[in-house]
Amino acid sequence: MTRRSKWTFALFAMVAVGWAGQLQAQSRATATNVPEIPIRAVEGFFKLPEGYYFGEGIGIATNSQGHIFVYHRSGDTRLFEFDADGNFIRELGVGLYGFEMAHKVRVDREDNIWVVDEGANMVIKMNPEGRVTMVIGRRPEPVPPGQNTAVPPTDNTGPNHKYLLARPTDVTWDQQGNIFISDGYFNHRVVKYSPDGIYMGQVGSGQNGNGPDQFSTPHTIASDRQGRIYVGDRGNARVKVYDSNLNLITMYTNVGNPWEICVSGGDHQYLFVSNSNPDSNPAASWNQTGEIYKMELDGTILGRFGEAGKNPGQFQTVHGLDCRNPDELYTSEISAWRAQKILVGPRAVSEQ
Amino acid sequence: MNRSVKIFAVAALATATSLSAQNVPQIQFNAVDALSGFPETIHLGEVAGVARNSRNEIYVYTRTGDPTMSLGTSRYMSHFGSRIFKFDARGRFEREIGQQIYGAQFAQQVRIDRNDHVWVVDRMSGQVIRFDQQGRIVMVLSRKPEAMGGAVAAPPRGGGGGGAQAGRGGDAGRGGGGGGGGAAAGGRGGAPAMPEGESFNSPVDVVWDAQGNIFVADGLARTRIAKYDPEGRFVTNYAAPGAANIYGMQIDAQGNLYVADYGNQRILVVNSTNGQLIREIRGVGSPMAICVSPPPNQFLYVSNSNPPDNLEVGGEIYKVRLDGTIVGRFGTVGKRIGQFGTVNAIDCRVENDLLVGEIGNWRVQRVTLRSE
Repeated sequence: MTRRSKWTFALFAMVAVGWAGQLQAQSRATATNVPEIPIRAVEGFFKLPEGYYFGEGIGIATNSQGHIFVYHRSGDTRLFEFDADGNFIRELGVGLYGFEMAHKVRVDREDNIWVVDEGANMVIKMNPEGRVTMVIGRRPEPVPPGQNTAVPPTDNTGPNHKYLLARPTDVTWDQQGNIFISDGYFNHRVVKYSPDGIYMGQVGSGQNGNGPDQFSTPHTIASDRQGRIYVGDRGNARVKVYDSNLNLITMYTNVGNPWEICVSGGDHQYLFVSNSNPDSNPAASWNQTGEIYKMELDGTILGRFGEAGKNPGQFQTVHGLDCRNPDELYTSEISAWRAQKILVGPRAVSEQ
Repeated sequence: MNRSVKIFAVAALATATSLSAQNVPQIQFNAVDALSGFPETIHLGEVAGVARNSRNEIYVYTRTGDPTMSLGTSRYMSHFGSRIFKFDARGRFEREIGQQIYGAQFAQQVRIDRNDHVWVVDRMSGQVIRFDQQGRIVMVLSRKPEAMGGAVAAPPRGGGGGGAQAGRGGDAGRGGGGGGGGAAAGGRGGAPAMPEGESFNSPVDVVWDAQGNIFVADGLARTRIAKYDPEGRFVTNYAAPGAANIYGMQIDAQGNLYVADYGNQRILVVNSTNGQLIREIRGVGSPMAICVSPPPNQFLYVSNSNPPDNLEVGGEIYKVRLDGTIVGRFGTVGKRIGQFGTVNAIDCRVENDLLVGEIGNWRVQRVTLRSE
């Protein structure tokens, strides 16, 4: 109770200061004097067979073998698997009922592949072989019961619906395997499920808002080994940190609008936050957005890298970021229809 | 008048039955994932139907891929959306039938007749499509609307006649019902009249009597049971009295129809020769999937399926004698093997050895009941 009122007060202060920035879809990060970290893109890393193309690069994730999964919007929404050298292995989930409008792919500790689809309103768990083993949420039926003519969809879910999602955005897990879904564009909430997919609770009012336990499009979610849950509250330009019971711990408000966040592997975990440039590339947006921040989990900023642009090594609306190895990132970008392998820090220089 | 009194009496009786359902014995069972050997590019989606033929080969009608709308002149056309897969008796993937057919859009059910013909029921195309043993189409009931509603403004339902369903008017004459779907749907603006002939609105299931007559439950919202002769010629409609949202239908060796009246939490037992209501079965929750096992000792299996968006109610399956006596129940709602998520299909060709198809969990389980 006391903690909540403390936060409420802190927020009032923050909102007052940051209001002008809130009104824009994408804001310049407020952090200053951030050191620049060198990066280098490995050009030509992803080798697509003849006749295969990336579409909007929505999600990217690696498994424990270093294989890379890219979930993207093409003619159909598609999921490609590459080996650790960027060679195409196969396509997963061809013709899957839940593939409609890609939003994220993540890989859990057991190398299960999870995709989040904002068109089908589903989170789909696949085993490492790419076979579906669990689904959460349900794709809306194309025709309502009692009719055989299609009608325009309505947002019939609502923020208190335990088992229907509305344009969900991302998924992560705590150490016990509990599932956390950021649900997303309509419900502005984070929902917790047991490892068997049973509803356990949620945070978020269902209203787009900037109160302590509100979200404005929670767009990305990640977790660390302590069970803390990091939510990229994109519209509010903040990263919110929760414990695994969805109690708010802290917020980081100085790194722009988090389109994508990632908590690294390795002994020392880092937090990456992408203040991606808006996908419509409005005038001047390249000057103030497009960079990615490397942070300690406590919010200390270590540095920043990248810039908006269409050349290799630049970013065009990063929407997927894999940081299993914090010195060797994979990015996928909406506006450039590509995925990139990015070497970060000393390796970017030494392997020049 | 007379009939409504009769129904009331049955309903009063049924209340007692549903109260006693609390004490239904639990049936011990074993469940496994039934299907395997999928090619890499073949996936199940929501399993709407599963059925075995006389050789125990398995057919699954599943919602997969996505129904695609394309634009014509002021109209939307739709394509694809569901597929029919065949598996051998051990559940290994064998082949697909009905690739790219015109009417496979939103799978609702699959049933197999005594000639091992495969009948699929599709709720979006509003069609019943019959395949022979080789997977060739030998009969089509009803017609897919040429255009879907979509963003094109559709006339109000039940007013003015036809409207969004105008594309199907040519059908009705063939069925012998006269009038046409559009005309039949016109009128007072209340509940539309039952169309005669074909022109299914929302078909959910198909069964056959001993003479090969065809019965289609047409199904959700505007409920009727349509009867056709073995050649597919329309015979008559039976109203399902008071039914709301029929999800399934079966028939026993005596020719009694068992109609799963999901909306009213009951099974209607209807005489298939005259359409008269014989009795109701209650105490089995909201029946969705329904199956009658083969003679001589026929049982009724019925699933009190949870709504797809709710994992806190229902989920269990009942084994019932045809007179309505509940033998027992098994299963709970959930996502694990041995749990059920919105069961839409049960195959019970072999008593106590069931195939259970789930909408919620995108799979088919083989459920073996321990016999008492």
